[in-house]
Amino acid sequence: MAPAPSSTSSAVVLNINGEKHQLTVDHRTTLLDALRERLDLTGTKKGCDQGQCGACTVLVDGRRAVSCLNLAVAAEGREITTIEGMAEGDRLHPVQQAFLDLDGYQCGYCTPGQICSAIAVIEEHAAGWPSAATEDVRPEAGPPPLTPEEIRERMSGNLCRCGAYVSIVQAVARAAGADEAAVGEDDANQGETAKETAA
Amino acid sequence: MREFGYERADDVSGAVALLAADPDARFLGGGTNLVDLMKTGVERPARLVDVRELPLDGIEPTADGGLRIGATVTNSDLAAHPAVRRSYPALTQAVLAGASGQLRNMATVGGNLLQRTRCGYFTDVSKPCNKRVPGSGCPAITGEHHNHAILGASGHCVAVHPSDMGVALAAFDAVVTYETADGPGESPLTDFYLPVGDTPDRETALPPGALITGITLPPAPVAARSRYRKVRERASYAFAIGSAAAALDVEDGVVRDARLAFGAVASRPWRARAAEEVLIGRPADGETFAAAADAELGAARPLPDNGYKVTLMRNLVVAVLTELAEEAAR
Repeated sequence: MAPAPSSTSSAVVLNINGEKHQLTVDHRTTLLDALRERLDLTGTKKGCDQGQCGACTVLVDGRRAVSCLNLAVAAEGREITTIEGMAEGDRLHPVQQAFLDLDGYQCGYCTPGQICSAIAVIEEHAAGWPSAATEDVRPEAGPPPLTPEEIRERMSGNLCRCGAYVSIVQAVARAAGADEAAVGEDDANQGETAKETAA
Repeated sequence: MREFGYERADDVSGAVALLAADPDARFLGGGTNLVDLMKTGVERPARLVDVRELPLDGIEPTADGGLRIGATVTNSDLAAHPAVRRSYPALTQAVLAGASGQLRNMATVGGNLLQRTRCGYFTDVSKPCNKRVPGSGCPAITGEHHNHAILGASGHCVAVHPSDMGVALAAFDAVVTYETADGPGESPLTDFYLPVGDTPDRETALPPGALITGITLPPAPVAARSRYRKVRERASYAFAIGSAAAALDVEDGVVRDARLAFGAVASRPWRARAAEEVLIGRPADGETFAAAADAELGAARPLPDNGYKVTLMRNLVVAVLTELAEEAAR
């Protein structure tokens, strides 16, 4: 039996930052392009468009994801949160404030993705998820402390071509309430490692 | 990108029927590999059948003490699951060693098994590639191949399988289950990936149109003391140039049971059975571990620019087995 002809576009409702948006999308449209080109939500940035740089990171159902490899049509029915949805009115999200206070950026292009990713990293860590930097992943070992090494590994999906990694790690640690003195001391010794790890 | 139709499948039989009706259709899981390949023109499906909402997202213990992992479980949920971390820690480590947090949240277990090689000639449609266009040739054999296969390759293709997860699954005798229009089927992971031979375009034993429904891990007490070690060209977020999943059971200084599988050395996750045979019953020391590595790597046929992998894998095997033996002695 020949396959039934299939439409190549669909009318969808996208739930973004708590608001519903109706639009018709060509199925080839990524969530990233729908956000930027159709909905004027240009905070989410296009870097590589291949899932490798993290600039387009958003939250999908509360979990971080790269919007360049999500198809808009497949995002229907999911709760999308972009950088525009992180602050409460004029009150910045604690992660946004930490990036500002600690200069967690230079040119700023990767920053929305870094912040969306960091917000999720803190939640993943609070949920007890281990990472590749975790020495003992067995549950009885307990959750790993959010050391600079853990932060660097967990944030490695977000590239920063300006190389602001040292400040980014400090900002994530401050927002997470991790021991800041320890972070400062460790980074004095391991600044170079931080760059290598995250690059 | 070619225009395509899109459907969301509600149940497994419906998903399988949609694919059976259209040979140009593909299942869409997390999309982390497929959507990327569609952008570059390597994949040109006429229709995507989205399977992420199928009820295949559970991780459940089996009656015999193993684990049943659904095909749409994300890499993140697999790695974080307490039963996986307790009983098969190398599987958690392997999954966490791959990709980034964002990609692991999207990627599914079924999709991970079916991801394509990252060989630069395969992903560049302007180049010949026997895997992408059968009979067009393999430029990697005389070209850029520093991260290509040293085991099990052929004169037609020397690409490696990129999965980290699959390496741990191969070590632990995972069985892939699938559904077809004619009913269910299954295949041990070590038989799931076909030998390269002269058909590198035929990668798996999955029947046409079949949907992977999950993975079954048999009980493996030896896996409770297991590790995954991965060597790559940067510290995080890179594919392996060599990796090993290993498990070791040591009693009175003698190896009682062992599991070993290699990644980034072959067209499939490489179960190192020759090495395991050498290990079992011998003293758990460096001499045994080196002999085991040599038993497996004796079959290596490196290319001019990837001979380093033989040394790398030998050192890696000795290192990871030494770590496990020291852990056992504590």
